[in-house]
Amino acid sequence: MVDLSVNFAGIKSPNPFWLASAPPTDKAYNVERAFRAGWGGAVWKTLGEDPPIVNTASRYGAISYKGLRVAGFNNIELITDRPLQVNLDEIKAVKARWPDRALVVSLMVPCTEDSWKNILRQVEATNCDGVELNFGCPHGMSERGMGAAVGQVPEYVEMVTRWCKQHTRMPVIVKLTPNVTSILGPARAAVKGGADAVSLINTVNSIVSINLDAMAPEPMVDGKGTHGGYCGPAVKPMALFMASEIARDPECKNIPVSAIGGIETWRDAAEFVAVGAGTVQVCTAAMHYGFKIVDDMIDGMERWMEQARYDRVADYRGRAVKNITDWQYLNLNFKTIAAIDQDMCIKCGLCHVVCEDTSHQAVASLRNNGRRYEVIEAECVGCNLCMHVCPVEGCITMKRVDTGAKPLNWTQHPNNPMRKEAAE
Amino acid sequence: MAADNRDKRADDAPDIASGRLDAARYRAHFGDLHPVLAREQALVEANRCYFCYDAPCIEACPTGIDIPGFIKKIATDNVVGAGMRILEENIFGGACARVCPTEILCERACVRTAQEGDPIQIGRLQRYATDPILDAPKHPFARAAASGKKIAVVGGGPAGLSCAHRLARLGHDVTVFEARERLGGLNEYGVAEYKVPGHFARHEVDFILGIGGIAAKTGHALGKEISLAQLRRDYDAVFLGMGLAGVRALECEGEGLAGVANAVDYIAQLRGAADFGALPVGRRIVVIGGGNTAIDIAVQTKRLGAEEVTLVYRRGADDMGATEHEQEFAQVNGVKIRHWAKPAHLFAGNGHVVAAQFEYTKLDGGKLVGTGEKFSVAADMVFKAIGQSFIAGPLGADALELENGRIKIDANFLTSVPGVWAGGDCVARGQDLTVEAVEHGKRAAMAIDAALRR
Ligand SMILES: Cc1cc2nc3c(=O)[nH]c(=O)nc-3n(C[C@H](O)[C@H](O)[C@H](O)COP(=O)(O)OP(=O)(O)OC[C@H]3O[C@@H](n4cnc5c(N)ncnc54)[C@H](O)[C@@H]3O)c2cc1C
Ligand SMILES: Cc1cc2nc3c(=O)[nH]c(=O)nc-3n(C[C@H](O)[C@H](O)[C@H](O)COP(=O)(O)O)c2cc1C
Ligand code: SF4
Repeated sequence: MVDLSVNFAGIKSPNPFWLASAPPTDKAYNVERAFRAGWGGAVWKTLGEDPPIVNTASRYGAISYKGLRVAGFNNIELITDRPLQVNLDEIKAVKARWPDRALVVSLMVPCTEDSWKNILRQVEATNCDGVELNFGCPHGMSERGMGAAVGQVPEYVEMVTRWCKQHTRMPVIVKLTPNVTSILGPARAAVKGGADAVSLINTVNSIVSINLDAMAPEPMVDGKGTHGGYCGPAVKPMALFMASEIARDPECKNIPVSAIGGIETWRDAAEFVAVGAGTVQVCTAAMHYGFKIVDDMIDGMERWMEQARYDRVADYRGRAVKNITDWQYLNLNFKTIAAIDQDMCIKCGLCHVVCEDTSHQAVASLRNNGRRYEVIEAECVGCNLCMHVCPVEGCITMKRVDTGAKPLNWTQHPNNPMRKEAAE
Repeated sequence: MAADNRDKRADDAPDIASGRLDAARYRAHFGDLHPVLAREQALVEANRCYFCYDAPCIEACPTGIDIPGFIKKIATDNVVGAGMRILEENIFGGACARVCPTEILCERACVRTAQEGDPIQIGRLQRYATDPILDAPKHPFARAAASGKKIAVVGGGPAGLSCAHRLARLGHDVTVFEARERLGGLNEYGVAEYKVPGHFARHEVDFILGIGGIAAKTGHALGKEISLAQLRRDYDAVFLGMGLAGVRALECEGEGLAGVANAVDYIAQLRGAADFGALPVGRRIVVIGGGNTAIDIAVQTKRLGAEEVTLVYRRGADDMGATEHEQEFAQVNGVKIRHWAKPAHLFAGNGHVVAAQFEYTKLDGGKLVGTGEKFSVAADMVFKAIGQSFIAGPLGADALELENGRIKIDANFLTSVPGVWAGGDCVARGQDLTVEAVEHGKRAAMAIDAALRR
């Protein structure tokens, strides 16, 4: 029997699907709708000190890709714009009504110990399950020395994390910004500061588009714009990479990871679990479709786990990590070449033109009795570009070629002047 | 309705009446069959295009439009660029977007047809891209420096006007001689109303003439007001784009009765009508033929309010000139299609047709023969739509060589008479389609240009 329940850094949740700290978790009304829909947990929209911040109109930009709406999403919204006490009262009430759900509260206050000590005391009184430190917001708040301004300096990350661990009994999750050259800097700092878990990624610095009539970025606020934070399906690959970096890093000591970034389906979620995530958090997908998407996330993951024979999420958590390696360890004697299934081919010719124009001239365009595209096996380097551009799923596949040669990686390769081992 | 009781019916007056429907119905029945796509729809459709290499659709378009090229431009909101890509190859891109049987041309070749039976809607995207250019106040093509050459074009249909426009672009001065009172050819007088509703054909003719350098002489028929000998003398070159002026006869008894008409004549009347409600139409219609003209008369009389429309074709569905899509369209419109029967006799009552009798047919060693067995269909009107033919008479003494009853041309659209080129339906080449006529006109213009500059 599949059991989706998880214990994440001491926080129990009926499933690994949480809503990320964002508009969907800004109020009791939203969070309770989410819990009714089946979400396992929610990270409350980030709280700050009073007086509350003020937001702009508009707040969002989005990328439509070939008719697909919201392939990427960007916002210039700040933290909650409601008074602290209103939020605290609602959090307490919601937790009381939904004791089985994970309710984590996101926080962002100025970089002084007293500020953090003070708000932690108030939040603890709500009986929520944990706190998440927002060191990631890349716009607005960072101009005021908070959010990403903290997250980009590992020393600050470590310092604030340590304060929080000192001043609360609650689990502390540190939310990381991707706007750094290496995620390991702030991640290791969080570990050193004693964090119980990290969550990532927050949004990526971005300008989604320039309105060419107004000559200003979108979204526009009275004719001007500012950079925002990018998220949604477009950022998933970056998030997946960063999560895997932390999972592979010995100094991060297997710290629990709550993965965020472009997650929309059970499959996205399962991929993050495979690189070590204990829970996943969702924002854009919920803002695009509403809370009902969790239904298939739960159902789909259960069915997939059942056929893959995993009983619990922990059974496959981190299973892909050992297969993520450095480029230098990849087997350079492994060969594949493209194979075109002529019966499936619809003669669009894309495989030919992309290989001809941008790669290795390894797909011939023939014209006898109609069009025919054939791989020139001697020229094919197995890059697999043609497979990706082919619009017919499964028409072009990469076939393994047995070279008879033993595995050989770059550290062993004769072309590598720094090779460690002699090639045989 | 079988007319075994035709003796009784013979005394009845035929039921032919106008105003069978209310005004809203006529508007709906003869309005745009496929309205222009909204921007959102066009973007989604354009983005379905794979931007094929050596795209099969380009080859399937008789005018060779760079289809993936124009569709990509739609996808980037470069709509005018897209429209120009089309019009560069096909100045009737607007008409073709509406009338081309795309299901046997570009859209059949679309790789998505092979993939999933659901091609890119090329025709509709073509309309989306060309409408704004046709509606713009300024003609988009410039003329080359004046060549000083004068060319006569006979026939103001797609072939003639395509030729005239290209010649004007190339710097020549053109005079178009048209027998009818309006230019446009079958776009104006023949194609089904709901494909080119309102005055689209006239709008497009005005757009084409907008380039300048094209003088139109309507009411000038070759063989009457003008002669080929005269044109050859007065002009540097002549292009013939006269279409098919003749209509094939049924060659069965009763063909001359009142109530028996050529489909193309009735359609011309319908296309010129200011008020569809004023057009008299029979309650029971019989259409004889299997091409697009047969489909068009059948559907349009049904849409005028005829109660029963029966289309009778002498062979099977696969042999019909009308595409499968057109046949389906007729059936959806309530037209009953009967196959394997040929007209035997048209019966009269008071000098007016009252019924059509058919003889069943079958193939006998590849030859179509009557079986001797017959049936009758009651009819207030019978339409003949068994094909048009070329009438060579107006060409006069200059007698051009013909081939299969139409004008014979060489690879460059030159006839057997020096200085005379021809294209469109009147020549022995290609299918009788608007897009084909446009291509003929264009290529003949380029050949004329090359010959005059030699
Ligand atoms: C009822 C009907 C429906 C059709 N529907 C479609 C359709 O949906 N899609 C499609 O692609 N094709 C359709 N066609 C075919 C298409 O209309 C023709 O292939 C196309 O119009 C041919 O163009 P053209 O210029 O050669 O001839 P036409 O369009 O026939 O033009 C010839 C012109 O020459 C003029 N002319 C004739 N004799 C003389 C003379 N002696 N002197 C001066 N002028 C003369 C005529 O008045 C006419 O204006 C249809 C045809 C018919 C009959
Ligand atoms: C297959 C591939 C190989 C690339 N190799 C290099 C490289 O060797 N050096 C480099 O500076 N950029 C390289 N790039 C990055 C491109 O130059 C470019 O910066 C990047 O693809 C982003 O542009 P685009 O997404 O608009 O194509 C490579 C990109 C691809 C897709
Ligand atoms: S002209 Fe006709 S055949 Fe050619 S692309 Fe346009 S719709 Fe298709």
